[in-house]
Amino acid sequence: MLIPTGAILVAMLLFAAFVFAIGQSPLDVFGLLYEGAFGSSFSWQNSLLSASPLILTGLTVAIPAQAGMVIIGGEGALALGALGAAVAGAALGGLPPLLAQFGILIAGALVGAFWIGLSGWLRNYRGVNETISSLLLSYIGIALLNFFVEGPLKDPASLNKPSTAPISAADMIGNLPGLEVHYGLVIGALCALVTWFILRFTTIGFALKTVGGNPRASQMAGLRVNLWVVGAAAAGGAAAGLAGAIEVAAVQGAANSSVVADYGYAGILVAFIARQNPLAVIPVAILLGGINAAGGMLQRRLDMPDATVLVLQGIVFVVILTSDTLTGRFRARKQPEAALAASTTAAIATAITTDGGEQT
Amino acid sequence: MTGTTTAIGWWGVPLEILAGAIRVSTPFLLVSLGECITEKSGRINLGLEGVLIMGAMSGYGASLYTGSPWLGVVAAGIVGALFGLLHGVLCSLRRVNDIAIGISIMMLGTGLAFFLGKPLIQPQAPVLPSIPFGFWSSSSQIQSALQINPLFLAGVALAVALHFAFRHTRWGMQLRIVGDSEDAARALGYQVIPVRIKATMIGGFLAGTGGAFLSLYYPGSWNEGLSSGQGIIAVALVIFARWEPLRCLWASLLFGGAGALGPALQAMGITSGYYLLNAAPYVLTLGILIATCAPNRKISGAPGELSLIRQ
Repeated sequence: MLIPTGAILVAMLLFAAFVFAIGQSPLDVFGLLYEGAFGSSFSWQNSLLSASPLILTGLTVAIPAQAGMVIIGGEGALALGALGAAVAGAALGGLPPLLAQFGILIAGALVGAFWIGLSGWLRNYRGVNETISSLLLSYIGIALLNFFVEGPLKDPASLNKPSTAPISAADMIGNLPGLEVHYGLVIGALCALVTWFILRFTTIGFALKTVGGNPRASQMAGLRVNLWVVGAAAAGGAAAGLAGAIEVAAVQGAANSSVVADYGYAGILVAFIARQNPLAVIPVAILLGGINAAGGMLQRRLDMPDATVLVLQGIVFVVILTSDTLTGRFRARKQPEAALAASTTAAIATAITTDGGEQT
Repeated sequence: MTGTTTAIGWWGVPLEILAGAIRVSTPFLLVSLGECITEKSGRINLGLEGVLIMGAMSGYGASLYTGSPWLGVVAAGIVGALFGLLHGVLCSLRRVNDIAIGISIMMLGTGLAFFLGKPLIQPQAPVLPSIPFGFWSSSSQIQSALQINPLFLAGVALAVALHFAFRHTRWGMQLRIVGDSEDAARALGYQVIPVRIKATMIGGFLAGTGGAFLSLYYPGSWNEGLSSGQGIIAVALVIFARWEPLRCLWASLLFGGAGALGPALQAMGITSGYYLLNAAPYVLTLGILIATCAPNRKISGAPGELSLIRQ
């Protein structure tokens, strides 16, 4: 908690120096950022709205990270999730709305799970680095979305912006009562909470961390490492696919190129700032969503380019990652290595006894 | 477009693909050679996409304000080297992950380039000249196809030079030892970290010049959609080329050709599948990775210290 907060402060200072260097007042900029992000109920709603996909794409990185993977392909899984959701939306048109919505979301999640799960599978069975493969798959996924949206699945009625056939209005996911924020935010937050609970309090989370910490020891302890790795990647992909499905069912109404809006990449940032903790993903996503939402304000009031937000995010990201070097340098957090090893061994032993079903 | 194709008939298509391949492959070539040097030292810089965009912006700006496109190329290289330095130094800190830092550099470089490049979108800067190798032909199509940029030739020369340097020079050996085994390098008395920082800086320099090619030659203007992921593809391309500079050259031409196929077919009126063709380089790279990797075995030719390969 201390290190990320300090890092964000350092990043803010660097950004202030940058703003000063280009001849703007840092105080004005920060004031406007706050006003645009959290200054009024209107800006809060905007911030929450942009935060909702970021929670899920943050989980796309954070869940596989528990098993020791760095997945950066959320963008493509989100795009294909959107495509899957649109196809499901067309197929499930006749069903009662609640069922159709459920089907749409599940379809998106399944497609996303398959796509990132593929990265996990390739890592396990072919030894292909998951970071690179997920990045490549991400670009392939976006290309597939563009191909289907402008080709086989194009709705002839969508002239200006090629899209799939719109899902019926009754099946659209609505807004929270009294707000301009759709239920996607709740779905995302619930996913983060459930993930946190599972990782923190169940043997599933424990097994994942063991696999991430030491695959060989886990294998010895009887965990089926392959399954866990693929499963974690697929779970992460499901989150991204769900984000895509929500974009379709709550915002766009159909799959089109607008769903590819860098949510996947921002999710990497979210997860790293949250230090891969699913619970921390929620506030970080809201913070980042707020900064995104406030970008327009900077553009209108100070005539600063919309890329200002990107610069701020870039600085925050670099500083946060650099601050990793400080972990473990403070006495209180330091655990002697021998004790750590002993506790891991003991923990694995417990895992075996409590989770006998995992033995191969 | 159909009018010009009839001049030499259907031969226009392969010619256009060849010309396109050379044009499109130049940034791939420069960035991948840079990344090859960086990866040989045992680090991966995934941020070259950001460095490339930053190089494109600063090269364009420098060319606009000095009036000399070549100064623009130099400026782009220097900016790229500075970003390489940043990556190199940060990754030398304990516990800092080079892949993650790369992604953050990508974000920062892109953001800074878009921010600082806003005033550069309108004005037209002087662009790089090309060498007319098609002077012998009377066909305007052949002439335009054989307009070759000196940066491409520089890239080819560099690929050949690196091929020998990696094997036969002290510098190349040192780089490979550092990349293959930190322990061996230390035992021989080499300083691992300075070598890696230098290698990352050279990688950044080349990526910057690759960006300058985009903004100062083809397409030859600065805008935010200038790069279509060349920096990312180049990183994958190095793996595809198995860390061999000469193979980087062939692979760049292949990827450039694949990239040029789409627009060439589009010019012929074949538009369906355009997006799938765009994804061809990624599919190709993934295919090669799947074919050559195996669990419990490194990709042949991979530097031993590369975090990418160590599971």
